[in-house]
Amino acid sequence: MSNIADAMLFVPRRGEAVASRLACLLVQPLLARIIGSIAGRHPSLLARLGPHQATSFLIDPIELPFMFYLRPDPQALVLRAFPRDRAPRAGAVIRGRFMLLLEMIDSEVDGDAAFFSRDLEVSGETEAVVQLRNALDDIDGSIAEEIAEMFGVPGRAVLTQLRKAYPSEVKGHTAS
Amino acid sequence: MSLAELICPAGTPAALRTAVDAGADAVYCGFQNATNARNFPGLNFTPQELRESVAYAHARNAKVLLALNTYPPAGKTDLWWQAADIGAGLGVDAFIIADMGVAHYLAQNHPGIRLHLSVQAAASSPEAIRYYCQHFGVKRVVLPRILTIPEIREIRKEIPCEIETFIFGNHGLMVEGRCSLTSYLTGKSTNMDGVCSPAADVEYKRHEDGSMSSQLGGFTIDCFRCDEKAGYPTICKGRYAAPHRREGYYAFEEPVSLNLSRLLPELIDAGVHAFKIEGRQRSKSYVRGVVSAFRRAVDDIRAGRPANMADLVALTEGQKQTHGAFETKKWR
Repeated sequence: MSNIADAMLFVPRRGEAVASRLACLLVQPLLARIIGSIAGRHPSLLARLGPHQATSFLIDPIELPFMFYLRPDPQALVLRAFPRDRAPRAGAVIRGRFMLLLEMIDSEVDGDAAFFSRDLEVSGETEAVVQLRNALDDIDGSIAEEIAEMFGVPGRAVLTQLRKAYPSEVKGHTAS
Repeated sequence: MSLAELICPAGTPAALRTAVDAGADAVYCGFQNATNARNFPGLNFTPQELRESVAYAHARNAKVLLALNTYPPAGKTDLWWQAADIGAGLGVDAFIIADMGVAHYLAQNHPGIRLHLSVQAAASSPEAIRYYCQHFGVKRVVLPRILTIPEIREIRKEIPCEIETFIFGNHGLMVEGRCSLTSYLTGKSTNMDGVCSPAADVEYKRHEDGSMSSQLGGFTIDCFRCDEKAGYPTICKGRYAAPHRREGYYAFEEPVSLNLSRLLPELIDAGVHAFKIEGRQRSKSYVRGVVSAFRRAVDDIRAGRPANMADLVALTEGQKQTHGAFETKKWR
């Protein structure tokens, strides 16, 4: 794929929209647990967000049937999944392949490079996106692995499978 | 042979640790305010974070250089004096300064502290550099990215301080420390507020055909086709239509990064003391990749081996790289 513009976007087929809504409902408790755990382990992440703790973010893994809605307000943390046709409006939108977004969270890939290569798109409040990116970048270790660890052996197995399922096709990796 | 110190960027404490671990000889950083030229949201250090970072670096024989490289507006110097006092108290190894008032304050109030002249001072002649050395005790100059290697060699003979040159990253050639393009569209000053193209004034729009336009302060400064690589949303790297070029063209500069990996031996031979990597706004991934690549290259050269340099083009702006003026003044 050359970039996000010609990437394979998710287009729901008959029956998939219903399945997507059901899946979103089922994962809400897990997402709430995940965001609560991350906020508890990394208070500096929220502090570095400054005024954009109150901003809402829509995180769009383009090849999946749902999007994530994040509001990193420490007083009322929200992380929810929404089917594409029911996603709420948000202050900022971040779009890219799922694994790119996951690797950006863990600083395994450079966000600016992904933007230059057009693998990453942002819209809405650019300042909020930059502040979120910088706040995440100050975290040591892997948030993906922390999340996987929360769910024990099944969690680690899912992460391993995800990494296998997404070969290193993301541009912006260092070539070293 | 010069020492060829590797001077590396850090926008966060985690990036500083990454740079040190990847082999930086020194790391440069700034406080979370207008006293430095990367005053970006979510970036930079609190005094407490800087204290811990200095300890981390010093424990691993790396230096910390504090950028105070913006210009205080007239009558509003308190923030800069406070940053100078805090930095000196935390034991940073040098200050990177551009403003003569800041240099004077440090020389008067913290005698003995090492001063490096920022690229933001745009000192490109022996006369200008000697002035800063004589009056403020500057020990090193970061040269603007407008000089050829032969010119650097000649300057080195005529100045009493060390030379630092950029070797990788942003290739911004507008007269550094004097550029006011951002001010025209946003009201904020690159040189006094420390932010070029403030993110709060940037907006990206995706169009039906897959193209993407970037806007600053409501003005469209570029539009990338879906098969084009993108650059930073800075006016100097925008594409504009003009009466003589209606199709739109890069009127000032192009989105391209400096990469001097192949010129390192010549730079060392010309007397360059330190190599600077740009990118405090970039991620730990960038810092890790670029610093470790240049660490290996510099070590190879020091050991008399051909430098084995990694391909860093994926990390460059617009995914294009240049030797810029270091090779020829006709690089465009």
